[in-house]
Amino acid sequence: MIRVQARTEQSTLMAFASPVLAIVLTLIFGSILFSALDKDPVQALHVLLIMPLSDAYNISEMFVKMGPLLLCAVGLSLCYRANMWNIGAEGQLLAGALGGSAMALQFVDSNSVFALPLTLLAGVVSGMLWAAIPTFLKLNFNSNLILTTIMLNYIALYLLIWAVHGPLRDPQGFGFPESALFSDATLLPVLTDQGRVHLGVVFASVFALVAWLILSKTHLGFKIRVYGSDAPAALYAGFSSKAISWFVMLFAGGLAGLAGVSEVAGPIGQLTPVVSPGYGYAAIIVAYLGRLHPAGAIVASIFLAILYMGGDLAQIEMGIPIAVVGMFQGVLLFFLLACDFFIRYRLVSTRDQVA
Amino acid sequence: MDIDLITQILFAAVKTGTPLLFVALGEVICEKTGVLNLGQEGMMLMGAVVGFMAAYGSGNAGIGIIGAMLIGSAMSLIFGFLVLHLGANQVATGLALTIFGTGLSAFIGSSVVGHTIPGFQPMHIPGLSELPIVGKALFSHDPLVYLAVVMAFLVSYVANRTRLGLTIKAVGENPHAANAIGIKVLRVRYLAVMFGGAMAGLGGAYMSLVYTPMWVENMTAGRGWIALALVVFASWRVGNIVLGAYLFGVASIMHLVLQGMGWSISPNLLAMLPYVATIVVMVLISADQFKEKLLAPRSLGKPFDPRQMA
Repeated sequence: MIRVQARTEQSTLMAFASPVLAIVLTLIFGSILFSALDKDPVQALHVLLIMPLSDAYNISEMFVKMGPLLLCAVGLSLCYRANMWNIGAEGQLLAGALGGSAMALQFVDSNSVFALPLTLLAGVVSGMLWAAIPTFLKLNFNSNLILTTIMLNYIALYLLIWAVHGPLRDPQGFGFPESALFSDATLLPVLTDQGRVHLGVVFASVFALVAWLILSKTHLGFKIRVYGSDAPAALYAGFSSKAISWFVMLFAGGLAGLAGVSEVAGPIGQLTPVVSPGYGYAAIIVAYLGRLHPAGAIVASIFLAILYMGGDLAQIEMGIPIAVVGMFQGVLLFFLLACDFFIRYRLVSTRDQVA
Repeated sequence: MDIDLITQILFAAVKTGTPLLFVALGEVICEKTGVLNLGQEGMMLMGAVVGFMAAYGSGNAGIGIIGAMLIGSAMSLIFGFLVLHLGANQVATGLALTIFGTGLSAFIGSSVVGHTIPGFQPMHIPGLSELPIVGKALFSHDPLVYLAVVMAFLVSYVANRTRLGLTIKAVGENPHAANAIGIKVLRVRYLAVMFGGAMAGLGGAYMSLVYTPMWVENMTAGRGWIALALVVFASWRVGNIVLGAYLFGVASIMHLVLQGMGWSISPNLLAMLPYVATIVVMVLISADQFKEKLLAPRSLGKPFDPRQMA
């Protein structure tokens, strides 16, 4: 007989093995699903996972998708460590795209050197403002952060759609819901000759490192870790929960805003009604898969970016609906949460047990 | 405003509030046992798509409803297993359920996009439906609108007047004490989670079978989340939930009201109203921290592990 037994200490090995195990289980699930749909599972997995890395163009596209995922996930990792359930990265990203676009459109006929920095700044500030609303409401009016951030995601989306149909629409655009094209001075420089990979992915990597340093080397990071694992102890030690909450939320909002403005000033090059294929929601999975650690988020964001790419390719190559990506994301998080059980518990054979 | 417009607004508000009412009634029972399921949006979408496909395939809207409720509880079992048996974080698992349901519903629904179904015939309640204004607004609806009201009475009765209701309350307030007097805590929670799933499926089916009636990706547009908020600011009381659901119905159709008054505001800005209203009401109601702590089920969101009792 096999029995479940609580571990005396949480397993560090399992904490690292769990994401890998979850990915493997998701792939097995995917193979079974594709077989059931009469699609060759080997070919499907090849298209989903290998093809995104098969040539320089695809790899550069993978980095284009990795940037916003990583930026959002790094911020969320800090939030979740501090017990701030911010589900609003999507809205903060959209706010960044909207604020950044409003600034970028002031420079349509300009090649000022300030165009790009001001556009990025506007994006970051917009994201921070969007994150400040639920933080303020939580700290002063005790509002449920999960619900307010979700509501603000929808509000940001409609605000963006309104702007792109109204004040920010290109007057010469024949009535299409799109802004004017941004001037070259407002666009993020592209890093390679081929493909669209731009400075955004560099921002993401830099901020992942910054967050790592904050978390492991600074007093503030120490406070966040203590507050997250034992809030009463942190309050007893005199840490201000308000200051910690404000910091993680503004940090996350700023990074998500940067992700948003980097999309419109990067691969898109103008404001359109569709800015994000749900990066802000996928970033929640990246954060968990990366064990709420910025370094882990780097690895996890690469995997989720490959999955996004693979979804595009699977639709083109095999006629598999793109929605399969969202489903796999959910399955992955399910398996991860299930595997995490073994961080706290282990299976033992009852025969080996000493009475 | 003329009388016709008032009738129209009331009619639309009841229709818009009905799916919220279904979902919130399921979730309130779930939360009363101490389980917070944030997967409502995902279960609603699955109920909407499966209900639509079943109704489309069979030509019978009733079969669609049954299919939607079954898929809703099946989805909630995944959540139940993870949080009840494996002690997974309820917030993260609920989010996973929403992400999974959103993706899966879009995946399986792509074949029926653009199709339509007959839906339900309105049921005129004899006598009452002849009354001026309210007759057409309240008593000439599809059968599911009345079902939602009946369900509200049932849920309220069971929660407040029966032994089962006491059991639910005991499990939600103090699972350890409930366990000590022989209540199977996990079994009660499983059943509550499944009831929540079935109701969310029903709410989703209302959207795809009656409200629109068709299937569009992501068609619930956050209604599952609004229903969750509704439970919080109804202070877990069924009467408040009914009132709140219909008030939100009004907020969601404000564009009709404003158009009637001759205002012209961008429909995209008006589309924000239900979400803004949710935040505003939440701020107004939750501001009293002490009161909310008093009203919320004590063990809400906390896992219960019978293994640690032995």
